[in-house]
Amino acid sequence: MNIFTRLGEFLLMLKGMFTKPENWRMYWKELMHQCVELGIGSMGIVAIISVFIGAVSTVQTSYQFVSSIIPRSVIAQIVRDSVILEFAPTITCVVLAGVVGSKISSELGNMRVSEQIDALEIMGINTKAYLVLPKIVAGIIMVPFLVVLAMVLGIWGGRFVGDISNILPHELYDKGLHDTFVPYNVTFALIKSYTFAFIITAIPAYFGYNVKGGALEIGRASTTAVVTSCIIILLADYVLAQVLL
Amino acid sequence: MITIKDIEKGFIDKTVIDGVSSTFETGKCNLIIGASGSGKTVLMKCLVGLITPDAGQISYDGEDFTSMDEKQKKIMRRKIGMLFQGSALFDSMDVAQNVMFPLHMFSNMTLGEKRKRVEEVLDRVNLNGAHKKFPAEISGGMKKRVGIARAIVLNPQYLFCDEPNSGLDPQTSLVIDKLIKEITEEFNITTVVNTHDMNSVMEIGDRIMYMYQGKKEWEGSNKEIIFNNSDKLNGFIFASEFLKDAKDMRMLEIKGKIDNNRDMEELLK
Ligand SMILES: Nc1ncnc2c1ncn2[C@@H]1O[C@H](COP(=O)(O)OP(=O)(O)O)[C@@H](O)[C@H]1O
Ligand SMILES: [Mg+2]
Repeated sequence: MNIFTRLGEFLLMLKGMFTKPENWRMYWKELMHQCVELGIGSMGIVAIISVFIGAVSTVQTSYQFVSSIIPRSVIAQIVRDSVILEFAPTITCVVLAGVVGSKISSELGNMRVSEQIDALEIMGINTKAYLVLPKIVAGIIMVPFLVVLAMVLGIWGGRFVGDISNILPHELYDKGLHDTFVPYNVTFALIKSYTFAFIITAIPAYFGYNVKGGALEIGRASTTAVVTSCIIILLADYVLAQVLL
Repeated sequence: MITIKDIEKGFIDKTVIDGVSSTFETGKCNLIIGASGSGKTVLMKCLVGLITPDAGQISYDGEDFTSMDEKQKKIMRRKIGMLFQGSALFDSMDVAQNVMFPLHMFSNMTLGEKRKRVEEVLDRVNLNGAHKKFPAEISGGMKKRVGIARAIVLNPQYLFCDEPNSGLDPQTSLVIDKLIKEITEEFNITTVVNTHDMNSVMEIGDRIMYMYQGKKEWEGSNKEIIFNNSDKLNGFIFASEFLKDAKDMRMLEIKGKIDNNRDMEELLK
């Protein structure tokens, strides 16, 4: 199947999501369930990754820092900006594309192959609306939270490591954090995270929802879904940086 | 009563359903039989609208299903229950939740009423004490029962069963078949069953349609099927040499009886 057919199918799936819910309460329940699954379920991995990214950033920035004319508090600024601008949104979302994306894709793929989707359709439920939409909305609600969490923990990780490995004391680090802070960077990161949230939920949902065949195809669809969403995240990352910075 | 007329369905490279017409009667078990790959599942999915046929008409008690838009189809589907080949239970829900799901989605009952209804249908399919079990923890036969319970919980007028016996031993199959027949008669439902199991055919086949490579090859009742004169159907029913021999012997026996009777009658004259 060529890329245009796929794109067409993808857009049709998105269009098909918007019908009046058969029962608002059940949709709400499903949305809450997905928020917990996607959001709370990914907090652990996001926390671990972001602390380490912040820590490593501090160590490596300090290593590259040869001049003694520039105050060491600049390390904190560099860590802050790279975490906020790139590491927290992009790396978190690439990781989430793996964690959340494969989950969404294999869940839907399994439901397709075992005819659970047909079973819902036969009851008169729009499965695009009931199964796909809540996942995308949950992603758009929860991913920005995770990204903010990653920012905070990333910066904290840098501060912590600065202290314990004598790179710079946290008083200096804190001072650096306050210097030339650009609030727009946070806005930009949030715009990125909304975009990525859509990518890492909608694309795997598309691949999972349209699985044909058996267990083997579910695995294949997951892989394709994760790879595709990662590539599109990086593309979108570049485009957004070009357009918005 | 469901009437289908000249249903056709093809996939990219081949025709799967080739001009099938038939009638499925209310209060009866209408069977679609045929070898694997003969198009039973595709035909059934056309009937319920999971697949759109390329041509032909489907009408449910006079209402033309094929020309309905999505919204009308959705309403129509509230009157349809379906048991899928692999049961298609929701993995993430236990037995009671599976059966309760359609009620949650479509009824205005209170939780108490819903619980009562779930109890009722699970009782009806003779499944007690498995409420809290998950699909992965129950046997194939139990899954089918839960599937049936879920399909009938909203009191459908039409029930579709795709290979209700697949993967079951002959005894369990018989129990499921009988259950489907009882439910059909009890609630006067129009039931359509896909099967390739001759035991079910003989047990519950009020009306039988035999499919061969996407075409309707034969139609009749379980009383007529043994004496049909379609080579293809006989090839399907009496697949083994053993059965063929058994049939021939039975035919001789019956013939003998008839002859004997005739002799008797002649003697009595
Ligand atoms: N979605 C599909 N795409 C292409 N071919 C299909 C599809 N579904 C079924 N077929 C083909 O249609 C034929 C009939 O299938 P099916 O109705 O499942 O047979 P069965 O009588 O065993 O239920 C098979 O040859 C199958 O390969
Ligand atoms: Mg089949």
